[in-house]
Amino acid sequence: MKRKHLLGLADVSATEITQILDTAEAMREVLSRPIKKTPALRGKSVCTLFFEPSTRTRASFEMAAKTLSADTSSLTVATSSVSKGETLKDTLLTMAAMGAGCFVIRHPSSGACELAASFSQKFGYDFHIVNAGDGCHEHPTQGLLDLLTIRQHKGEIAGLKVTMIGDLLHSRVARSNVHGLLKMGADLTLCGPQTLLPPEFGLLDLKMTHDCDEAIEGADVVMTLRLQNERMNGVFLPSVREFAALYGINARRLKRAKSDAILMHPGPINRGVEISDDVADGGQSVILNQVTNGVAVRMAVLYGLLGGEEN
Amino acid sequence: MKILIKNGRVIDPSQNLDAVADLLIEDGKIAQIESAIRNPQSATEFDAAGLIVAPGFVDIHVHGRTPGQEYKEDTATLTAAAAAGGFTTLCVMPNTVPTLDNRSVVEDVLSRAKSEGNGVRIYPIASVSLAAKNEQLSEFADLKNAGAIAVSDDAFPLQDADFMRRVFQYARTVGLVTMLHCEDTALTGGGHAGVGRGGGVMNEGVVSTELGLRGMPRVSEEIAVYKACALAREVGNRVHILHVSTRGAVAVIRSFKAQGVPVTAEAGPHHFGLTDEAVRGYNTNAKMNPPLRTREDCDAIIQGLVDGTIDCIATDHAPHAAHEKEREFDGAPFGIIGLETSLPVSLQTLVEKGPLDVTQLVEKMTTAPAQLLALDAGTLKVGKRADVTAFSPDENWILEEETIRSKSKNSPWLRQTMKGRVKATFAGGKQIY
Repeated sequence: MKRKHLLGLADVSATEITQILDTAEAMREVLSRPIKKTPALRGKSVCTLFFEPSTRTRASFEMAAKTLSADTSSLTVATSSVSKGETLKDTLLTMAAMGAGCFVIRHPSSGACELAASFSQKFGYDFHIVNAGDGCHEHPTQGLLDLLTIRQHKGEIAGLKVTMIGDLLHSRVARSNVHGLLKMGADLTLCGPQTLLPPEFGLLDLKMTHDCDEAIEGADVVMTLRLQNERMNGVFLPSVREFAALYGINARRLKRAKSDAILMHPGPINRGVEISDDVADGGQSVILNQVTNGVAVRMAVLYGLLGGEEN
Repeated sequence: MKILIKNGRVIDPSQNLDAVADLLIEDGKIAQIESAIRNPQSATEFDAAGLIVAPGFVDIHVHGRTPGQEYKEDTATLTAAAAAGGFTTLCVMPNTVPTLDNRSVVEDVLSRAKSEGNGVRIYPIASVSLAAKNEQLSEFADLKNAGAIAVSDDAFPLQDADFMRRVFQYARTVGLVTMLHCEDTALTGGGHAGVGRGGGVMNEGVVSTELGLRGMPRVSEEIAVYKACALAREVGNRVHILHVSTRGAVAVIRSFKAQGVPVTAEAGPHHFGLTDEAVRGYNTNAKMNPPLRTREDCDAIIQGLVDGTIDCIATDHAPHAAHEKEREFDGAPFGIIGLETSLPVSLQTLVEKGPLDVTQLVEKMTTAPAQLLALDAGTLKVGKRADVTAFSPDENWILEEETIRSKSKNSPWLRQTMKGRVKATFAGGKQIY
């Protein structure tokens, strides 16, 4: 990888995505070994800065870094000086002064990673930024791991009918996936109530519908998105119950998709809301494959950014 | 003390003047405008060949930040920035600390203008309500007697239609123009600014959707403008709509003006010169309220300036310190500086690439805003205070942080080429730039 940071998939080309996915497949092989360790990033320091709660993404990045033998440190907002009012700039520079060469950042503000990247080299410290989810903007490693999962099960991504359902307005996973899937040539349909599906998405090369059954018809891939309850500061839905009735994926609805269709969810799942229990644990669900692929993709990204650099 | 400004193209819309002539300043007043005035020896000469000589510019919408936020701008830097931008008269907004809602703050602003300023005149605009809470009227009559030129809700937009009606009625009683920031905050999430707080931070549209930022829909302005105009029609008071930013708002104002409702309006150079594309990259220097809109909005504002729906240009100069803007987009404050870029941006957008001629532009920056608030400014008539600006309409220069006179540098045009440059500014007959 020739890039310094991974801030989103908006500016990553199809060729570059393919390279990352190829590397990730090699990393998946490393993860299947009895001793899961390579020295690729020995002596590198990766710091996770999480300004929002997360379990899987943070654990996934830390496992990825450790598998590559990087040193890891982590800062959580509730216990750090950020709760005393320290700015993102000062937090970053402080950790950089301690030697961190790469920051994995999750932040409630869209664009926080672009801001963080703008500080690299500006104040005497040089560091990489990996976006682990910024506000409602992007979550590029989630997008990449979803692409990897689709490729693993379906081979070629181009031409596949992919349907994304749920809260597209607030979803950073959706934005990264829209960029990634369109670049890889998927035939994309977005589905949700208009309160959660901004009409502006319609300017892209994709289809939009408010009818879930229609959206799923003949799909190769059904991706559901988590209802972002913590972002619901307005009245977007009458009730979770009605959302589940209109947009929840159950066995009956999934039958409309191709018989070999896969079902995906970025987690954490609101069981019985976006997905019913039977399909979440059923044969078409690849949700746990997504998790495993997450570690492989993050290894590929960290290796791509930090590997080959002089210590 | 005499100054002779020679060979400039003198444009004064207040007397339909547009001719190459000399202008003589004597004792701080305009003494004579004629071709080939003989230098009465004692006069300092200023060669204005190739330049346009106009009344000093008037900006009726400026955030002076004094008192209370002098780290953003103080009176000395404010008036220096004004002079560099060709402005000799400023009206300053009441969102100071404390709020400009009583006589003593008005007097403080005026006395500092005298003691710390460079001769640029400053007129305070008072808050419509105590502490800008929009609950209790401030003392309009006392404020007016102390020197307040108008009342405004800027930065804290009035929502309650009943309170707005009382403001209008009382302002009419006292004889003050009400200057309104029109925004339906229910639609914009106003009042919830801050990291992760969830309020709107830019125009709602393609760019906000892509960047994952909460949008402020254009209709939020249109609805609020309609409400203000409808109430003004009923009350019959003078209402001025601040910083018009949408096509819908222009259309509403046009229709109420056609009915004879006493409403006026202004637009800022950023609202006709930039679109929300400037926000890409999370550029906090492109964050202001109302936000940058779309091409069709810019075009409608320009059309509004042409047909008189929009009366004048005002900058909404809003300085913020570097550390306040150098942060997450949703946590950064709204506002950009504008005094030093108003002329070149307006020249480029409205004259070079747009439908206005330079005389019309000068009118929108001088005579029109002065008339709107009945200010004794914006004219070169003989006997008036000698506030004069000489500018080159085509000199290219680059806006650099280091040369900005304002204490804050939050401009969306940093490092960009500007065309048109102020070469000299005179206030009360004294050269201040």
